[in-house]
Amino acid sequence: MSTEPRLVTVRKNVLKQNDVIARALREQFHQSGVFVVSLVSSPGSGKTALLEKMLTLLATRSRVAALVGDLATENDAARLARSRVPVKQIITGTVCHLEAAMVKNALDGWNVGPLEFLFIENVGNLVCPSSYDLGENLRLILLSVTEGEDKPLKYPTIFNSADLAVVTKMDLLHAADFHEEVAVANINAVRPGMPIWKVSAKTGEGIADLLEFLKSQRSCTQVRAAV
Amino acid sequence: MHELSIAMSIVEMAEEECSARGYTQIRAVHLRLGLLSGVVKEALLSSYDMVCKSTLLEGSQLLIEEVPVEILCPKCEVPRRVPSIQWMCCPECGTATAQVVQGKELELVALEISE
Repeated sequence: MSTEPRLVTVRKNVLKQNDVIARALREQFHQSGVFVVSLVSSPGSGKTALLEKMLTLLATRSRVAALVGDLATENDAARLARSRVPVKQIITGTVCHLEAAMVKNALDGWNVGPLEFLFIENVGNLVCPSSYDLGENLRLILLSVTEGEDKPLKYPTIFNSADLAVVTKMDLLHAADFHEEVAVANINAVRPGMPIWKVSAKTGEGIADLLEFLKSQRSCTQVRAAV
Repeated sequence: MHELSIAMSIVEMAEEECSARGYTQIRAVHLRLGLLSGVVKEALLSSYDMVCKSTLLEGSQLLIEEVPVEILCPKCEVPRRVPSIQWMCCPECGTATAQVVQGKELELVALEISE
């Protein structure tokens, strides 16, 4: 015999488990002095190409490594391995995004030594990754000129969750008839004040400046920690 | 489509809370869902029905309260509801800001449980 239902208050974040792991990761990253940058974008926006370029340039002076998420293949890790920095693939199977636990599992037992930068390339997806904190310091969102200027308006949630926007494939700007000022206005509408960088992994345009910015962000984090 | 794994988390949490209190059936789950949570209400509802089968939640209802997005206007210095999530600014003075104070919730608020 069933009784009258009773209302009990719970008040718990559904993603609590992920957030707890992400917080622990952030603390661990902070303690070891590594600055963690994640990359999100739609498939084919050039995350791997940008990362390959950044890793190659950074590796001459800094200790860097990368984790790359993919549904099924290890192609990205193989491409990034050309930069000669430690790279590990996370194959998510049918999961369309990375979660903090996947990052933790990938890092456990991965003996890469002390790092200055760790990059985490998320699965190409502009929807699902927005809800999952990975413990990163900065979330970089990529928008390639071939995708059109209105991507931020179509996917405001993930643009809102990011800290830095990078417009990629600038070498195709004219061919794609991409209007930079419209894209910038759209990014600003959904995430006011977000810094925007314009790069081409092909020509190298803008990448050194972007890296300088990341380095300065890393220094700021360390200064804040020291105060 | 991460709503399926979110629905599974909801079921898992609800079952834990229910069992911890010595109850055996969940009639309804109350959830607060922010418009900037990255979770689609309709997809979550259909995933929910699917994952509730053969659990303490079988036949239960998922009651979703949608939470609008509010920013803290730096000029007016009060929380304001944004005109849309494509336009993150104060509806009164037009100042744009990224300081979201509400709208990212994905919170299990309460359960209706019975023996």
